[in-house]
Amino acid sequence: MNTKVSLAGVLLKNPVMTASGTFGSGAEYGELVDLNRLGAVVTKGVANVPWPGNPTPRVAETAGGMLNAIGLQNPGIDLFCKRDIPFLKQFDTKIVVNVCGRTTEDYLEVVERLADEPVDLLEINISCPNVKEGGIAFGQDPKAVEAITRAVKAKAKQPVIMKLSPNVTDITVMAKAAEAGGADILSLINTLTGMKIDVRTRKFVLANKTGGLSGPAVKPVALRMVYQAAHAVSCPVIGMGGIATAEDAIEFLLAGASAVSVGTANFYNPYATVEIAEGIENYMRENGIEDVNELIGAVKE
Amino acid sequence: MQKINAEVVSQEKIGTDIYSMWIKAEEMVSCARPGQFVSLYCRDGAKLLPRPISICEIAKEQGALRIVYRVAGKGTEEFSAYKAGENVSVMGPLGNGFPLKEGRAILIGGGIGIPPMLELARQLTGQKQIVLGYRDSHMFLKEEFEAYGSVHVATEDGSAGTKGNVLDAIRTEGLQADVIYACGPTPMLKAIQAYAAESGTEAWISLEERMACGVGACLACVCKSKEKDEHTNVNNKRICKDGPVFRAEEVTL
Repeated sequence: MNTKVSLAGVLLKNPVMTASGTFGSGAEYGELVDLNRLGAVVTKGVANVPWPGNPTPRVAETAGGMLNAIGLQNPGIDLFCKRDIPFLKQFDTKIVVNVCGRTTEDYLEVVERLADEPVDLLEINISCPNVKEGGIAFGQDPKAVEAITRAVKAKAKQPVIMKLSPNVTDITVMAKAAEAGGADILSLINTLTGMKIDVRTRKFVLANKTGGLSGPAVKPVALRMVYQAAHAVSCPVIGMGGIATAEDAIEFLLAGASAVSVGTANFYNPYATVEIAEGIENYMRENGIEDVNELIGAVKE
Repeated sequence: MQKINAEVVSQEKIGTDIYSMWIKAEEMVSCARPGQFVSLYCRDGAKLLPRPISICEIAKEQGALRIVYRVAGKGTEEFSAYKAGENVSVMGPLGNGFPLKEGRAILIGGGIGIPPMLELARQLTGQKQIVLGYRDSHMFLKEEFEAYGSVHVATEDGSAGTKGNVLDAIRTEGLQADVIYACGPTPMLKAIQAYAAESGTEAWISLEERMACGVGACLACVCKSKEKDEHTNVNNKRICKDGPVFRAEEVTL
């Protein structure tokens, strides 16, 4: 039975990855799950310099989901290279570094800094809804998506994943723009912009007023967008958005995702990633599937 | 740290919206310290995020933990309906806990910040003065504290003890100590922080913030730190992982 999938030539032992921002750089969850069981660990976004993030409260629960407005707090690329990459190197899993920035130059500085690091893939976050500059500003305009993708590709030594925002009218336009800019892989969805108000205090629950919605509540939207994007481009797509079980993950594979990322589920089931990897194997065994690649895009039309 | 389905040993209402639950959690008990917390998960799948609740008592021999919590929403309302013999999904122990210092101590709890001070009171060996702040004369856990030291009360409505807050009680009764431990609402902790600085007393305060992961990965529950934090590389500390207990002068409230 083969569970390996290829992302632009990088071979993952299974299609289960973590979603950026929900798993740190693996150290905290490493106490609970065996990181060797994961196809890849996707780190929390890292910028050229340390970012303090947004004021608190930064999270709020919603029905079947949650809002976050962390604001890409990160320790900066220098400490990240010194501490987080060596930590992850101890494990038999692929390392995907999520890169964030306020300007194109910020992104490029991080990308260049990572050129000689033992990193397998870069994920470029052009879709964070919680920062005023950079982030989503790059991800909602197809020309900007194409331009930043092209700029990153010109400097990157590793294959590049462009992480797309769902806060757009037509996801296929953004997917095609990223592919036109040279993206090797796409990942989606980032969170959906949302809001929560406390009716007793009449205040916004998040200090940032708005935050990104994630969790099972967004899964049908994410699945639809992954399906649309996977059919609009020829490069591989990583699917994410509310995945909590193996069944969820298999839905995304069938919709056309070559791999999946597990995010919010880690918060309420820290064992979710490993359970999903095992659950996919069980599904393959039960259904006589020899190769997990048979499932990719195999939804019956 | 582990996540398990723990058996509820008992559940009791001990005040207005205040509940006391004992849960069987042998492995957690073996390493739990006063001031640490556990995360409780709802059965209702629409409520994703764990509810962080401080550990009130650790019964090593029984392999059980006690949590005392306030029903503040639908999640804690669900927990309050759990009966002995049922299971509760729980992860822990989480956070750092209070350091056990020698000498005279003042233990200060305000409202739902009172419960973690009980296990601390049990474990501290020096002289203990315990100051509890309540809204009114419904003084949950007060009698249990009396076994461990002198108990002083402040109530907002003046119906028992000193009228006012915990610092009013400390000043009125002229309490002094080598070390202060406190847990309670932020304005109270802020006042204690200032009091500790002006009196030159070592103080340890326990903070809270809305959390998601509970293990230090998501960076939701940060507080501002005076110095650049070693882990975050900015002036933020993670309350769930680096705290919830901090040296008073370490953080900006």
